[in-house]
Amino acid sequence: MSFPWAEEYRPKHPFMRWLDDRLPLPRLVYGAVGGGYPVPRNLNYFWNFGVLAGVALALQIVTGIVLAMHYESNAETAFNSVEHIMRNVNQGWFLRYAHANGASFFFIVTYIHIFRGLYYGSYKAPREMVWMLGLVIFLLMMATAFMGYVLPWGQMSFWGAKVITGLFGAIPLVGEPIQQWLLGGFAPDQPTLTRFFSLHYLLPFVILGVVVLHIWALHIPGSGNPTGVDVKSAQDTLPFHPYYTAKDGFGLGVFLIAFAILLFFLPNYLGHADNYIPANPLSTPAHIVPEWYFWPFYAILRAFTVDFILPAKLWGVLAMFASILLLFFLPWLDKSPVRSGSYRPTFRIFFWILVADVLILGFCGGMPAEEPYVMISQAATMYYFAHFLIILPILSMVERTLPLPNSIAESVLHGEEEEAAPIGVKPATAAE
Amino acid sequence: MVRFFGFLVGLGFVGVAAWSLLWGVIAYVQEPPMETVEHRFHEHPRHASFTFDGPFGTYDRQQLQRGFQVYKEVCAACHGLNQVAFRNLEDLGYSEAEVRAIADQWQIQVPTINPETGEATGRNAIPADHFPDPYPNETAARAANNNALPPDLSLIVKAREGGAPYIESLLTGYQDPPADLPAENRPGQGLYYNPYFANLNIAMPPPIAADGQVTYADGTAATRQQMSHDVAAFLAWAAEPKLEARHRGGVMTLVFLLFVTVLAYLSYRNIWATAKRKVRQTGPLDPANIAKSDHAKDQAGIAG
Repeated sequence: MSFPWAEEYRPKHPFMRWLDDRLPLPRLVYGAVGGGYPVPRNLNYFWNFGVLAGVALALQIVTGIVLAMHYESNAETAFNSVEHIMRNVNQGWFLRYAHANGASFFFIVTYIHIFRGLYYGSYKAPREMVWMLGLVIFLLMMATAFMGYVLPWGQMSFWGAKVITGLFGAIPLVGEPIQQWLLGGFAPDQPTLTRFFSLHYLLPFVILGVVVLHIWALHIPGSGNPTGVDVKSAQDTLPFHPYYTAKDGFGLGVFLIAFAILLFFLPNYLGHADNYIPANPLSTPAHIVPEWYFWPFYAILRAFTVDFILPAKLWGVLAMFASILLLFFLPWLDKSPVRSGSYRPTFRIFFWILVADVLILGFCGGMPAEEPYVMISQAATMYYFAHFLIILPILSMVERTLPLPNSIAESVLHGEEEEAAPIGVKPATAAE
Repeated sequence: MVRFFGFLVGLGFVGVAAWSLLWGVIAYVQEPPMETVEHRFHEHPRHASFTFDGPFGTYDRQQLQRGFQVYKEVCAACHGLNQVAFRNLEDLGYSEAEVRAIADQWQIQVPTINPETGEATGRNAIPADHFPDPYPNETAARAANNNALPPDLSLIVKAREGGAPYIESLLTGYQDPPADLPAENRPGQGLYYNPYFANLNIAMPPPIAADGQVTYADGTAATRQQMSHDVAAFLAWAAEPKLEARHRGGVMTLVFLLFVTVLAYLSYRNIWATAKRKVRQTGPLDPANIAKSDHAKDQAGIAG
């Protein structure tokens, strides 16, 4: 895979040689995340987040498997079994808080990872497949997180499940049968809880499988880099191990410190108080809100308030799904030959507007559906769709980009390894 | 083609969102949203500091015992505590014998059956029992409370925005409704005005009505403020009994992680020290490295 100068695996220990001849698993690991994977030498800290997302997935799987040993997926006892974990299971409070906040951290690092990709054009050829597999992971994560939030069977679990599955009810003709099929009834109840538990246990392993594909697809062209310039020679790369394992080790430490602060000192900060009330189908909470990582999409859903040919609710549902699905087409929407936003001065402005836009959407999604939040989310929704479907395609045709460095090594030699800024001592020629 | 269809889809969503926005703005201008009565009169919990605040916070055992006494003598008549077992009271500093006595003398019996006739009956609690619910079922609870349901208090501190300060504010927040409160928001039959409660009118009569309602075993002056503060602390413990272990574990974990992260940073700097400055001496195809590699191969007796 990847570059001809990739170091070959040469086991030193006789046992490893014996094993490598029969099952070349060490060779696979060495080529994937060891000394045999040449990586551009100029990666900045934003390239840590892929590994961090992998660690977050591993943490979720480990804590989740142990939690499943104590959890009861029964509508009568689910809530109490979670409290049993919190009070009677040895270190159960740690497992549950680690799992609940671990989901939040998984989303934080994934969102940073996605926006890194958006800024540096990581979705562009030849990495379209990496990007699309990443989006599949993201969708699976959302499904898994949503179903996981239902399991404690608190008020927000129940009403969240009701609202989200109710979205499918907006689809004409087939909507209501689909909703009943998902829930296993007319409202969330025992069949819903049992199937959500089953799928919540299954999907992380599906995610793991797609992660393997994501990394496999990544290793064909190799990692991108902040300049967006292709790797041209051995001078442009460093072996993944020890250089990037060391850098990721440091990044992991910082990540775990932030995670530990939240887990040990503010474990309920990102949660909703209502989920400590057992589910009650007869009492609707004042404000039904999903977990924070769904807020931007929830704001888009609620932004469509007026019927226009189609019912407003259906527009909201279509827009919410479209807001993610359109990302699959991004490699063909943005045709600019320059990958990195560092060399695209106009794109960069719109990129930061998009970041602010998504944060505003997230804020509005967490607020009650009242004015002025609805109007703000309507304006922000307009920009979100305009950014990807109108601005980017036009921009990629008309933008004047900055000159690119001749090579990664050159940009590093000029002391630009941190940001890969476009200021070259030697005036570089524009690529393509 | 992708861009053409994308453009149309984009125009569609932007257009419909703009249409929604337009109607939203028109409605907003014609009829600006009125400030709701709840919004105007509702008050956020007063600030209250507890010993368990902050990363090093711990519970004050004396305070928890006082709070438990308030729960036992005031709240327990209507509110359950069904996630907590009597044995958990040992965390409050009671001895095993004291816990056994508390359980045995608890005012509500644990439902059971008569071993001879099979008829429903009750028995005294033992330390292994959870606190028995004050009412046999929801209907009975509502019938006894003017159709209001007293919530179980095991998780009340975590189940309400504002936590323990909210509980304390609510318990001390009963007051006469302000003169300018609209008639439809005035407390009706069996309701009491309390600005800390979400809809301003709470069905619970003021539970802590007078100073000295409880005679504290440790001699602390039982003012209304003191009793409310203590019972809020007790309920915080009931909701989060492992808080001290969590804080201790957190501090130790952070010390460990800081140490490890510093080491990881130093090793990162160390490994990268040469790579950052001397680009030429790192690539395996660099002449120096090829020579080194060939030499190594010779030594190992590998051809090529």
